[in-house]
Amino acid sequence: MSRVTEFLFRRKGGKGWHWTDIVTWVWLVVGLFVMFGPAVWLTASSFKSPAALAEFPPTILPYVTQKVTVEGYDKPLDLYTATLEDGSTATLAEVRRIGTVSQMVDPKKPAEIVKVNIAKRMPVRQMSFATENYTEPFTHFDFVRYLWNSVFVTVTATLITLVVNSMAAFALSKYEFRGRTFAMLLILATLMVPLSVIMVPLYSIVSALGLFNNLWGVILPTVATPTGVFILRQYMLTIPDELLDAARMDKASEWQIYWRIILPLTAPALAVLAIFSVVWRWNDFLWPLIVLSRKELYTLQVGLSIYSGELNVQWHFILAMTVVTMIPVVLVFLFLQRFITTGIAGTGLK
Amino acid sequence: MAEISRQTSQTGQSLGETAMVPVRLAMGVIDAPLRWVQKKFGLGGMAAFFLLPNMLIFGIFVLLPFFINFAYSMTGGTALFLSDRTFVGADQYARLFDCSNYLNPNTCAEDTFWTAVGNTGWFVVLQVTLMIAVSLITALILNRNLMARSFWRAVFFFPVLLSPVVVGLIWKWILQRQGLLNFGLYGFGFDPHVWLNDRNWAFAATVGVSIWAHMGFYTLIILAGLQAIPKDLYEAAEMDGTRAMRVFTRITLPLLMPNLLVVIVLVLIRAVQIFDEVYVLTGGGPGTSTLFVTQYIYETGFAAQLRNPGLAAAASILMGLVLVVLTLMQLGLSRSRDKKGARK
Repeated sequence: MSRVTEFLFRRKGGKGWHWTDIVTWVWLVVGLFVMFGPAVWLTASSFKSPAALAEFPPTILPYVTQKVTVEGYDKPLDLYTATLEDGSTATLAEVRRIGTVSQMVDPKKPAEIVKVNIAKRMPVRQMSFATENYTEPFTHFDFVRYLWNSVFVTVTATLITLVVNSMAAFALSKYEFRGRTFAMLLILATLMVPLSVIMVPLYSIVSALGLFNNLWGVILPTVATPTGVFILRQYMLTIPDELLDAARMDKASEWQIYWRIILPLTAPALAVLAIFSVVWRWNDFLWPLIVLSRKELYTLQVGLSIYSGELNVQWHFILAMTVVTMIPVVLVFLFLQRFITTGIAGTGLK
Repeated sequence: MAEISRQTSQTGQSLGETAMVPVRLAMGVIDAPLRWVQKKFGLGGMAAFFLLPNMLIFGIFVLLPFFINFAYSMTGGTALFLSDRTFVGADQYARLFDCSNYLNPNTCAEDTFWTAVGNTGWFVVLQVTLMIAVSLITALILNRNLMARSFWRAVFFFPVLLSPVVVGLIWKWILQRQGLLNFGLYGFGFDPHVWLNDRNWAFAATVGVSIWAHMGFYTLIILAGLQAIPKDLYEAAEMDGTRAMRVFTRITLPLLMPNLLVVIVLVLIRAVQIFDEVYVLTGGGPGTSTLFVTQYIYETGFAAQLRNPGLAAAASILMGLVLVVLTLMQLGLSRSRDKKGARK
């Protein structure tokens, strides 16, 4: 018997299943559900109507009770499959419910009211995607405004990050000058000063510069990232100096060398930094929360957190907005994940 | 067909070129004054020019606040600008440390601060231990000879990219009364439970959710470390018929240790500053059961009715001290790791 199971579960290598193989596959499959499940569940929920969201136990797909307009009644009525006294079943619309008795009518014969015990009726359900969860926030919450603010902050901050950090990396990798080590150490030291440590005085500085309640107040403090300088400098160090010297022979200015030789050659590293920067800035939360207090300036993250913290959370809107907020990051994940993972494995920086 | 594709690629190129024209022009315009700078100040001047924007931003938004923070922590009142604030010396620190019994936060003048410190301490211990365990196991598994390895690696990496707000909302939605977790337990006959209204469960949720969100990142770093271990060691062990557990404790773990230490400190540094996803998930509640230090600083400095920036600055300096120690540890560790690597 054990021979048979051994044969059945034999692996490619010819060896049997070791306990580590079982652990591996259990871990991976559980991991698949735990890592993707929550986001998938959120997305599925975002298509449900408020009534369906309040249901317990919940359904996986968005179902609603089918409604029907019956002559003589103003509002559409819920449809039920009711078991009648004689044992037959019929599709009836509920007019009102009194205690445990439901008064129902046949949509085809609206005049006659049938009384059915509520235990003997089942709602007729149909699948329906509540796309209004996605369309209504545009009018309800200034959603377009938040979206635009987030896009503006992300794009602007990323562009400035690329320019400013590549310039610094160029200076730190291709020039010999006094204080170079000091400048490197200074940039290194800023790794030790995260936002949570300096947020109080940083807020006063940003206010003094008139950048409180201003998207630039969100952008500027984040653009000089030590990580960016590192990634780019490491890469530029591999560009041979002879190339620069040859360009200098041809009377190229230093600015031209930076712009026409160094930048194109650093493109792969710039791409990695750009991806990182987009994800960082899109996801930023604490600093925008501090700097932006006017509703029309909220980024998506701030808007979402404020509305989800309200007393009467309109979950159907929040869920849809969360899905929209996830979209760019999911796209990055689908198409650029490989760059990021090699970037992290190479530098150990996030 | 080839003709068409060439044509389209040509129009694509010319479109790209047109888009680049203003950039080219701008770069050309910048070039003229820079040539003058170069002539006047030489290469050193150009180096300074290239470094300037970065240093300026670093200076204004990182270094300056860093130094102001010390001055800030020695002033009182609610005024925003340092010049309007009154000097109080070490009063803010004295207030933070004003406790009759350091083991009981309730006896402190700033009881919420010590509650936050206590919570953060517990959080760090639990989260770092579990995070390392989970990431290490996942990395070991991903390091095996797997089918579709890059797919599985991506699976565990996915939540790393999600924003803390999205992470918080996803889990808030799952842990709520009609949520997925209660649905799953309902299948086993349990009654629905409002997890985030329960002090202990809410705390456990913050630990679990932060691990869920970040484990993929550390798994990657550990995986890189695992892949750097020479393969011939494993081949030799296999020849000798060494058991898997023994291979792990005698080869993998010792050789991974330098890497693992760096990761541990990295996790520690992040855990001490935990804020975003917890703030969205629990808001520090119920009560103060998931209030952490960064949230205390944020609320004391910005959100509270009676905001006290001086007190917040003092608390942030205390947290900064812890972080500096941890970062120096990390730098020391990664330097010794790199040296060891170089020696091989």
